Amino acid sequence: MKVEQISIFIENKSGRLAEITGVLGENGINIRALSLADTSDFGILRLIVDDSKKALNVLREQRFTVSITDVIGIEVSDSPGGLTAILKILDNNNVNVEYMYAFVERSGDNAVIIFRFDDIDEAILALSNNGIKILPSVRITSI
Amino acid sequence: MEEIRQLQLKRLQETLTLVANKVPCYQAKFKDSGFKARDLQTLDDLRHLPFTTKEDLRINYPYGMFAVPMREVVRIHSSSGTTGKPTVVGYTKQDIKTWTELVARFMTAAGVTQEDIVHIAFGYGLFTGAFGLHYGSEAIGASVIPISGGNTDKQLMIIQDYRSSALVCTPSYGLTLADRMEKQGIDPRSLALRVGLFGAEPWSEQMRVELEQRLGIIATDNYGLSEIMGPGVAGECLYKQGMHLAEDHFLAEIIDPDSGEVLPEGSVGELVLTSLTKQAFPMIRYRTRDITRLNYAVCECGRTLARMEKTRGRTDDMLIIKGVNVFPTQIEEVLFQIEGCEPHYQLIVDRQNNMDSLEVQVEVNEHIFFDEMKQQRQFVVQAEKRLATVLGVSAKVKLVEPESITRHEGKAIRVIDRRHQ
Repeated sequence: MKVEQISIFIENKSGRLAEITGVLGENGINIRALSLADTSDFGILRLIVDDSKKALNVLREQRFTVSITDVIGIEVSDSPGGLTAILKILDNNNVNVEYMYAFVERSGDNAVIIFRFDDIDEAILALSNNGIKILPSVRITSI
Repeated sequence: MEEIRQLQLKRLQETLTLVANKVPCYQAKFKDSGFKARDLQTLDDLRHLPFTTKEDLRINYPYGMFAVPMREVVRIHSSSGTTGKPTVVGYTKQDIKTWTELVARFMTAAGVTQEDIVHIAFGYGLFTGAFGLHYGSEAIGASVIPISGGNTDKQLMIIQDYRSSALVCTPSYGLTLADRMEKQGIDPRSLALRVGLFGAEPWSEQMRVELEQRLGIIATDNYGLSEIMGPGVAGECLYKQGMHLAEDHFLAEIIDPDSGEVLPEGSVGELVLTSLTKQAFPMIRYRTRDITRLNYAVCECGRTLARMEKTRGRTDDMLIIKGVNVFPTQIEEVLFQIEGCEPHYQLIVDRQNNMDSLEVQVEVNEHIFFDEMKQQRQFVVQAEKRLATVLGVSAKVKLVEPESITRHEGKAIRVIDRRHQ
């Protein structure tokens, strides 16, 4: 259920993103989803790839600072109000969302949202109890 | 000349006897080197004594080097140490009197009289600068405005309204005042300012010209360090040809910083000072780490005291930022305490709009990298807070990628000082 997400520290310097995607591309690693959080000095790039172990290794070899975090993916109907229902459940169960990002599936009418929680197990429990389907990790890494 | 040497010898013998009786650190040093206080027959014999360093002060923190019981100490000051703990110094009533007299002496040489209104913009606190100049000014009979540091607009209002005539601050703050005056359209000729006594950080002749022109004053330099006393060790007269050293209270030597050998008269080297009259905190052959040269020729002003050139640098890695002593090792310790690991770092010291700035670049590693921005920013904020507390000066922390800091033969270059480029 949990998906491995890779986080990478990058300085706000031109060309850094291209270097990372370049390293991944050369090693045949495909990026499934991506989000970037930044400040004026630095950023944290978060990636979901098809082979996180390999990505971690090649990035470390290239002297990037990386970490792995568990996140989950939820399918939300790509229509107004789709996200609200989920957020309400989380709120009612006092689960905090640290951050989230969304992308639209290649086919179908749904959006996939990646969530990072302060307590992921609590979140999974709350969502499952309320009938929200959490995507199996293979569904996301092979989008 | 002979007279001052006689006086120095007598006072040196008294000081050595005092420390040999009262200060365990010196007792041990003398014993190790086989030196007995009564062996000292000439001033030259001093070279047989071991040096005292900041490390000795650290080992004896806080009061171990005091030569009198605390009931005789009336004041405590301190300055930054090379690692975590500061250096603590003490003064008896007599020490305060001597200090006051020596500050009054160099202020008088710099042209301050009882007619002056002395504007003291050094920070009042544990550092010796503000209190030293404060007491010296009062001894002269001048009127003191103890404005302390910061709040430049208020400083300017007071300079205008209270008719401050003598300015006391760091040279860089002097330029900050000049900038603000220009911005507000204040003509220096409309002010009563006529002299400036600048200290607490090294400054160039070029800065002197700028300060004199932009503030419409005569700018003089003075020198001191808290381990020895504070300001008042040396100061310029109006001829500005070197700082007259208070030789009746301090014995100066110039040594080769590597070999420790005393260098012949007129050589450039590290200044070593021995206090001759201090009671609470005598110092024997204290290595100041400041590089300078002494000139024993009589000054045009008529004073016969040796003159010390502006300091040319340091033999250690100490930096002076906004008048505060900063050691890279202090930063290392703070970073170590926060995460229990020692990341690579580099200090970038710069001067923007005449204000010193310190940026600490820290190479991120997996111990201090967090997936959440909140935590990552918290790390930066926490590091900045700790640094400000430990250093006494604010620092901006910037996280950089691994191996982005320039290395020289495998070692990261610790300090980049852009102020004098």
